[in-house]
Amino acid sequence: MSRASQSRTPTRAAESVVEVKSKFEAEYRRFGLKRTVAGNFQEFYRFLQSIHHIRGMDVRLCYADIHGDLLPINNDDNFDKAVKSANPLLRIVIITKTDDDSMVFATNSLQRRKKVMTLPGLNPGATHSRGKSVPQIGPPQDFRQISSIIDVDILPEAYRRVRLHKHGTNKPLGFYIRDGVSVRVTPHGVEKAPGVFISRVVRGGLAESTGLLAINDEIIEVNGIEVAGKSLDQVTAMMVANSHNLVVTVKPANQRNNVYRGSKTSVGNTGSVGSAGSIGSALSHDSPSPASQSNPITASSSQAEGDSDDEDDEGDIILESDGLNPYSRDSARNGAAAAGRPFPQSVSMPNSMGASLSNSASYSQDRNHNHAGSSGRERMREDGNMITL
Amino acid sequence: MMKFRFRRQTTDPQREKIKQELFAFRKTVEHGFPHQPSALAFDPKLQLMAIGTKSGAIKIYGAPGVEFTGLHKDTTAVTQILFLPGQGCLLSLLDDNTIHLWELVAGVTREVGGVKKEGVVSLREVDSYCLPGRPGIESSSATRVTVLHLLKSCDLLCVGTEGGGVYVLELPRLSLKENQTLLQDHVTQSLPDDYRCGKSLGPVESLQEHPQQAGKILIGYSRGLVVLWDLSSRHADQLFLGKQQLESLVWERSGNLFVSSHNDGGYSVWAVTNGNVYNNQPVSSTIPYGEKPSNRSNTSITTGGMPRASYGDRHCLTIQQDKEHVTLDFTSRVIDFFTVHNVDDDKEFDDPSALVVLLEEELVVIDLLTPGWPSLPTPYLAPLHSSAITCSCHVTNVSTKLWERLINAGKAQQSRWPICGGKSLAPPPKQQELLLTGHEDGTVRFWDASGVALTPLYKLSTANVFHTDCDPVDDPHDDPDMQQEEEEEWPPFRKVGCFDPYSDDPRLGIQKISLCKYSNKLVVAGTAGQVIILGLNDERSDHLVDVSVMDLLQDREGFTWKGHDRLEPRLKPAPFPPGFQPLVLLQCLPPASVTAVALHAEWNLVAFGTSHGFGLFDYHRRNAVLARCTLHPNDSLAMEGPLSRVKSLKKSLRQSFRRIRKSRVSGKKRVLTTPTSKVQEANAALAEQEEVAPVQRRIEPRSADDSLSGVVRCLCFADTFLRDGTHHGPTLWAGTNSGSVYAYALEVPGVGLGRTCERGGASESSMCVEAVLGKEIQLMHRAPVVSICVLDGRGKPLPDPYEASQDLAIAPDMTNAHSVLIASEEQLKVFSLPKVSAKTKFKLTAHEGCRVRKVALVLFSSSVQEDYSEHTLVCLTNMGDMHLFNIPGLRPQVRFDCIRKEDISGIASCVFTKNGQGFYLISPSEYERFSLSAKVLTEPLCSVDVPLSTLPSPLLDTPLDSPLSCADLTLDSTGELTVEDVRDFLTTVDEEENNLRNMKDEEGRSPGILIN
Repeated sequence: MSRASQSRTPTRAAESVVEVKSKFEAEYRRFGLKRTVAGNFQEFYRFLQSIHHIRGMDVRLCYADIHGDLLPINNDDNFDKAVKSANPLLRIVIITKTDDDSMVFATNSLQRRKKVMTLPGLNPGATHSRGKSVPQIGPPQDFRQISSIIDVDILPEAYRRVRLHKHGTNKPLGFYIRDGVSVRVTPHGVEKAPGVFISRVVRGGLAESTGLLAINDEIIEVNGIEVAGKSLDQVTAMMVANSHNLVVTVKPANQRNNVYRGSKTSVGNTGSVGSAGSIGSALSHDSPSPASQSNPITASSSQAEGDSDDEDDEGDIILESDGLNPYSRDSARNGAAAAGRPFPQSVSMPNSMGASLSNSASYSQDRNHNHAGSSGRERMREDGNMITL
Repeated sequence: MMKFRFRRQTTDPQREKIKQELFAFRKTVEHGFPHQPSALAFDPKLQLMAIGTKSGAIKIYGAPGVEFTGLHKDTTAVTQILFLPGQGCLLSLLDDNTIHLWELVAGVTREVGGVKKEGVVSLREVDSYCLPGRPGIESSSATRVTVLHLLKSCDLLCVGTEGGGVYVLELPRLSLKENQTLLQDHVTQSLPDDYRCGKSLGPVESLQEHPQQAGKILIGYSRGLVVLWDLSSRHADQLFLGKQQLESLVWERSGNLFVSSHNDGGYSVWAVTNGNVYNNQPVSSTIPYGEKPSNRSNTSITTGGMPRASYGDRHCLTIQQDKEHVTLDFTSRVIDFFTVHNVDDDKEFDDPSALVVLLEEELVVIDLLTPGWPSLPTPYLAPLHSSAITCSCHVTNVSTKLWERLINAGKAQQSRWPICGGKSLAPPPKQQELLLTGHEDGTVRFWDASGVALTPLYKLSTANVFHTDCDPVDDPHDDPDMQQEEEEEWPPFRKVGCFDPYSDDPRLGIQKISLCKYSNKLVVAGTAGQVIILGLNDERSDHLVDVSVMDLLQDREGFTWKGHDRLEPRLKPAPFPPGFQPLVLLQCLPPASVTAVALHAEWNLVAFGTSHGFGLFDYHRRNAVLARCTLHPNDSLAMEGPLSRVKSLKKSLRQSFRRIRKSRVSGKKRVLTTPTSKVQEANAALAEQEEVAPVQRRIEPRSADDSLSGVVRCLCFADTFLRDGTHHGPTLWAGTNSGSVYAYALEVPGVGLGRTCERGGASESSMCVEAVLGKEIQLMHRAPVVSICVLDGRGKPLPDPYEASQDLAIAPDMTNAHSVLIASEEQLKVFSLPKVSAKTKFKLTAHEGCRVRKVALVLFSSSVQEDYSEHTLVCLTNMGDMHLFNIPGLRPQVRFDCIRKEDISGIASCVFTKNGQGFYLISPSEYERFSLSAKVLTEPLCSVDVPLSTLPSPLLDTPLDSPLSCADLTLDSTGELTVEDVRDFLTTVDEEENNLRNMKDEEGRSPGILIN
């Protein structure tokens, strides 16, 4: 760490040896790795197995990137990336595959790992008996999720609810919104109402890379709060405030790629023009069941109280200074000898998101049970769990 | 959405009732000088003064505390106001050529703050009239009204027009008397040919009724012709063939003479002698300043007890009496003036007692009874903006002792205010309240904000602490009017008025004020990083001010300050007048504007913050305790350079944490290192600009790279638990623009740590205050920290310094765990102490899309239960609405729309009092006072003895609101809350309807409505 400044000069960094610190359970190994020769993942994998004396053990390699995120090394490319990102130290974490199945790579995953591992695996034993050469089939595990379509079962078919995971800020969220006029079909006929639309998607941004948001998509909700009646600036502020865990419900301009569920699929709705009609109909014939109504109320009110703080966005960092000994006048004096220059020594991360990163597919199945028979209208009523996932 | 969210709570009608007893929103009164006044009138019988503004407001003032406001439907300028003397009615002429009739009517009984008031008078519009265009006249401006004149009998109104016609309207119906109309051709016929010369006479410039013979009016035309017209016989009695373009006319009391003033700066006296139909020559003609024709002069004069000529378009006004001759030189344009004089018709002269001059930016009153004609301090209508207001601060419940000392320091003469109409029915204020305004010229003004009239008490200048280019020779406390400039200059100019918007040095501007009302310590911080600690002293004193310099950048050498220089402190002892006198001058380096200040007089500590960091200073021992840089780590990394191989553990740890923090948000910066990528970025930016979309907003997470991220937004002292849960002690909290909060544990000799280690007084004085960093909190959402407040074990805010130790407030609960409330622009959060973990929060921006601008903890008292009160968090957002939350639960209580969201300066200037009122600027010179409390209100409640109304029923209810403030928010005079105003989170639609019904049923606003 203390030599961080060296690596900032590119010439020196290019020729230098990468310092590697690999950790397996409680053991550390430190060694050097030439940047130029690095590049063969299999070699590196075997090398690590040998220096940790874990030959034959099925392990997974991860490294900590500059954001403190835990990312996988499982092929030449991301090994190369890992070596390049070493700054100057490359921190490698070796995980046995058995205790790792539920692992998803995400923001702050380094800090959160402990909690994740205590969670009972969702699909235990899916991979651990397999040989390395066999391609993995199943929910993707060695990738970072950047977006997901959620709540497919409860939203009107013309709508799409997209969650954007922003890990660090390697990619900006990358879209623009504008004011516009949205046309809705209501029982009283066609109505025009002011709406907010995506006006531009920045190339290379997160929004573009998901493929789930596009120009002229109308924004219906932001993190469960309806946009209707809000000014463009308000919507902007809401999105920025939720940027670390943004859930946008949009009505895609292109309605052809919608997800249709079971019997509800109606041909008439597939045309992009007729999309508005589908909303109207969905709204008109769905009457919410009492059960589904009560659910959002409790959930959301608890959110207002602020005690459902398992959200990932509130990981305020609190640095505590140990120079501040609890009530000891003398020690306080010592600490104050360098007045105003105490240093933090311990970190606590409250409200880490814990088990919040399950995959959305299994999640929406759960939701299906809760909301049997309800649809349409529920898009406005957020389940607390859903918001805070 | 809100409805479902909070539905669970709506089942509590008890809570609803309590909320109604606690909270009610209304705008109560406008303080200060009306923005852009355009007309002035005076009713000598009722002793009321009316001011019309360019925004269509009419404000009536009487004795201090007596105020009425009316607002025209259109926001067009009021060009002329006329009182119907003694009737409580007035006529206003608007720029859109309409004439409006207003009436002061005694309204229904009002209940304010639990006290019933009868006979409260309010101003309402009764009728309006628009002069019809005449067919056959090509120019529509022909019927444009130039002058109004009311006959003494008060039943006829003469209207002079651009086209030269004079129309007569009947009052109070405002109906045109067709047969009375006098057109110009009518007059032209009787003119001699040589005078006529084919030209029109021009617009009617002046109409004046004969003082002795009713029904005869003097009509002055722009070209110079003056006609004495008999209304009843419709015949011109006399013609005065003036050659000079006319400005105004005035009668002498006897009716034998009148004076005409002309555009060449001269005036002529004409004799009205019977017999002569044509008068060619005035009796005398004088051009007082004829030798200075460039002086486009004040044509306004008061001679020998004969007042009332109108108009001067230069900022001067001359008073002549016998040999005395004074030309008042004003700093802004003269709108109009009047004299306060006896209304007795029998007297030979008017014997004016005071001259009231309405200027564009202030009101000046000259005492004509006192030799030397000094100006009187005004008890209201003070020009708040005599130098631009840069900050304001409110102090509630000021002790009588401090109050008196302030008044003494201000030398506020209790002089006789000449305008004394009406009677204020408002109960005398229960406590004295101070409003402090900081100004651009380095002055701090103390205002009495206890009542309806915002009265100046004392003015403090900080400029004399410094050595400025234009060294202030003139003592700011010397009454400027006392400086009789005995210059041998002609005309004898005299500077009058205090409006002076030109600051000597913008660096003198005051940014933050903090006053401790118990120890009489004042901290004033300014634009050039100066923090001045002042103490109250009743004696004049010459002393040298201690100067202390604090470098907030500390070890960051690579930084260069490119802003203004610091102010040079005065090296010689300077004389300081009685009042607040500077003790210590603290100079922050770099001399950036001070953004936050906190004073703890009990610990003798002052904390201050700039855009670079914050510092802590012990002004008792005169030593700096702490300086902490808050600049963003990115910058500091850049400054540190590659050479620092040997770093302390502290540095490397701090750096590593910063890197973690930074890395989450600022990956972008890393990419931007090579020049090629810069070019690409620039190209991309250009490409972005090319496709112009009308209104777009970029959705990007908040970046920490902002250069303003280090700005210290708030500072606060608290005696709380930071080290552990059992021992409390002094702490200092600081919040920055990038969502960082620093908490320092302080070692104040003799204070804190449970008072267990109290030491002898001797050693105490030798000990120093020390500060140890306890906690650093980085809010994940990185929004600027607006406010920090520590709550005690019961969830109540800690009392102010001295309050607890001197038994002035309930001692805080030190037995249960404390918590800290941190309000950022986006969220409100309560953290437990000493282990900082989040307890409750409210994500305002994520829910509503609005951002917190101002936050205050306010104690709301119930209007029904005598001893019930609640601490409530009041948030003003960038949408201009007020959100009220309970603490520490942070549950939304009510929401009120208050300020227009476009009114950025209004939102920025808002200050709250501790009991639920507040002020914000609606114009540079006016504060709007509002009340959020159902109990504490300060509003004008006045009565005027007016005869019973003979006027027709009103056309409309006039809103009690100026157009500059929330125009769409109409508050009717009974003060009911309209449904749109309050968005109650906790009521369902049905209940809201019930509420409304209840409110309608119970005439007026009865505070004890039980819902359901």
